[in-house]
Amino acid sequence: MKKAFMPLIAVVLLAVIPYVAVQFAGLGFLFGVIIPYAAIAVFIGGFVYRVVDWARSPVPFRIPTTCGQEKSLDWIKQDKLESPSNFRQAAARVLTEVFFFRSLFRNTKAEAHNGPKLAYGSSKWLWLAGLAFHWSMLVIVLRHYRFFIAKVPGFVQILEGVDGFLDVTLPAFYLTNVIILAAITFLVVRRLLDAKMRLISLPTDYFPLFLILAIAVVGIFMRYITKVDVMSVKDLMINLVHFKPALPEGIGALFYVHLFLVCVLAIYFPFSKLMHMGGIFLSPTRNLSNDSREKRHVNPWNPDVKTRTYAEYEDEFRDKMKKANLPVERK
Amino acid sequence: MPKFAPKLSELKKEFEEKPGLLKGDYSDKEWWDIPVEFRDGNWCYPAKPEVLEDIGFANPRKWAPTDGDWKLPDGWEKTIKEGMKSRLERFRSFKLFLDTCVRCGACADKCHFFLGTGDPKNMPVVRAELIRSVYRNDFPLAGKILKGFSGARKLTPEVIKEWHMYFHQCTECRRCSVFCPFGIDTAEITMMGRELLNLIGVNNNWILGPVSNCNRTGNHLGIEPHTFVQNIESLAEDIEDLTGIAVEPTFNRKGAEVLFITPSGDVFADPGVYTMMGYLLLFHHIGLDYTISTYASEGGNFGFFTSNEMAKKLNAKMYHEAKRLGVKWILGGECGHMWRVVHQYMDTMNGPADFLEEPVSPFTKTKFSNAAATKMVHIAEFTADLIKHGKLELDPKRNDHLRTTFHDSCNIARGMGMFEEPRYVLDHVCNSFHEMPENTIREQTFCCGSGSGINTEEYMDIRLRGGFPRANAVKHVREKHDVNSLVTICAIDRATLPALMNYWNPGVTVYGLHELVGNALVMQGEKKRTEDLREDPMAGFEDEEDDED
Repeated sequence: MKKAFMPLIAVVLLAVIPYVAVQFAGLGFLFGVIIPYAAIAVFIGGFVYRVVDWARSPVPFRIPTTCGQEKSLDWIKQDKLESPSNFRQAAARVLTEVFFFRSLFRNTKAEAHNGPKLAYGSSKWLWLAGLAFHWSMLVIVLRHYRFFIAKVPGFVQILEGVDGFLDVTLPAFYLTNVIILAAITFLVVRRLLDAKMRLISLPTDYFPLFLILAIAVVGIFMRYITKVDVMSVKDLMINLVHFKPALPEGIGALFYVHLFLVCVLAIYFPFSKLMHMGGIFLSPTRNLSNDSREKRHVNPWNPDVKTRTYAEYEDEFRDKMKKANLPVERK
Repeated sequence: MPKFAPKLSELKKEFEEKPGLLKGDYSDKEWWDIPVEFRDGNWCYPAKPEVLEDIGFANPRKWAPTDGDWKLPDGWEKTIKEGMKSRLERFRSFKLFLDTCVRCGACADKCHFFLGTGDPKNMPVVRAELIRSVYRNDFPLAGKILKGFSGARKLTPEVIKEWHMYFHQCTECRRCSVFCPFGIDTAEITMMGRELLNLIGVNNNWILGPVSNCNRTGNHLGIEPHTFVQNIESLAEDIEDLTGIAVEPTFNRKGAEVLFITPSGDVFADPGVYTMMGYLLLFHHIGLDYTISTYASEGGNFGFFTSNEMAKKLNAKMYHEAKRLGVKWILGGECGHMWRVVHQYMDTMNGPADFLEEPVSPFTKTKFSNAAATKMVHIAEFTADLIKHGKLELDPKRNDHLRTTFHDSCNIARGMGMFEEPRYVLDHVCNSFHEMPENTIREQTFCCGSGSGINTEEYMDIRLRGGFPRANAVKHVREKHDVNSLVTICAIDRATLPALMNYWNPGVTVYGLHELVGNALVMQGEKKRTEDLREDPMAGFEDEEDDED
């Protein structure tokens, strides 16, 4: 499985680089300051560029995929979410897609049986794992906010409280850490086990999974096992945020591995499929209302097309039309 | 058995020997290493040179997909790349759908062609990858840098062959897009793929022949005005023989309230003609002031399967004719892709239709405000409204010889969202109606396997495989509820499902919704009815003389 192996090696190499560079070559400033700044610049710049680039291409036609009853006669119940007829409903459609992966929730699994016979069963594992992965990721990112601000805001504390409610280890055990590891494992394994998934998967599908897995594993290591100096990390981050880069002493090299992998993810993000994060909001089959018979939608580049007019048609068929007693414009 | 159909026993064996969805062993193989193979039954005849000349399309020549050399024009790579660039700039859908796919695989087993052929390139995600791989090679910078890593490949004649094969094994039905978490619609990809192929003369005569006909004569079948009139008049004679009622359709009549447009298949092809008879009876029953045009005599739009410009060109006739005749609004017959175009494209392409009025049913005074801009009403909406207001005298017992199920056509389902109206009508015109399993109807409906201009005889092998999921769902209700009638609201369905049913489910007959309406309508002054519009005996209406015997 070269397709999966290659990205795995790439991630391992990427993890080794900062370790060696910081531990043995003293390149802390490069990995602690310069690369993070560069990464955040590429991430923001690239993300904005990609979204603007998409937005530059117009939406010539109103093409929502209608997954429910359209608005029609008064006595027929419209499915407002699946066949929205105004902006508000379409926005609700997109947001439920973003927050709950509604389309994926519909997922079925087809099976072929003797007969031949096809059967379709509900299949929600991908939905569950996808949702678990994305939500844990969000919670984890938000939790990290504490490293960037002197006074930890209330919402982060609440999040930490909820996430760590099991309270079985010291420091508190976070549920999301386990969930994200489990979800990523599932997402990798399903690509390897299913013949269809093996065929459609590319190295670029494995790479971000392994990368995020590595980031999470290193993070968990730092928190529970090979502890790093958290206060120094926080100093570094606050310095970076205030554009007063200064490298505190004594942060373990493992931290630089974690940070560097995050930087790689940030740099990789805008140029990869990870941009689905921005794309989902722009998808014309989901974010448009299904009202194109009711309201005119304008295509900015509507082409001029020479059509065959009725006059040309009558010119060709006038005699035959007259014989058939069809009315004609010119006798 | 049609000439290009696989033997049923062999196809069944194929399903039984390889019970998995993916047919074949693909361990350690990549999809891009699998060569395309054209054989009998899996390719459509290419467009005749004179057809291409007539509509001004590229590269007229004699060739066949089975040829080694497809005689692509000089500089075809440049044409494709520039064509791609221009479409990326014009269609956000195209760009976004190439960029955002994460290959999660949710779409993989949703395609009827994949379920019917087991061919990995029929997984919608791979169908899009056929273009995506070339796009990565040439377009986004990151793709260029990370070629091997990101699955990029060069544009070669082999790629063009692959595009031709698999963009004709997609009927633009949008089922995959229902399940995609990003709403990626393979129909958009296929449409762009076909546009690009047409730029270099890689095409399908079954699509371009009708396009050329429709442009010249007004309809796909190339029927000239006098023959068009004759045919509808002969249907009117059949109606009179059967019911004793003289329906009197008018043609190209100025000042009518409504212009009625339906696919020409309803005028000429069996069993579409019975649906046409249903329309004529309905209009007579309510006394609709309507006319039929010989110039805009096609509801369908095969231009939609070639290019956006050609779709516009053919569609323009509807408004052009409505304006000339001075009608108030347009009523459209039963058709799938016709309604995709009318619902999602027509006003944008050829509007505004400010010379028409917001449609109002003259009998119920219902305002069709959902059609306020296009001014075009679907016949199922129109009839449902009539029934709701008690304007029709119906005897559903007249359809008691039919045990029905309803096939949602893809475009009406996923490109318009009309689910309830046809069911409401069907419920009121017959007594036996059973739904197919829920994963095969409504927004999850399966295509007939022959939509988007591939309903040609020489393509039968692929059509019967692609239609298998639909046929299999019909088989389910046939076994469970003894269903013998498959009711549709699509002209392509009426043209293609009979062959599919004969192959997989002999004994199931295909009907149009308004054929059943026509059967059930109790006409004022009619003679005693014993036969339906097909002259099949109706159950419980046998001649009394027979009863006395």
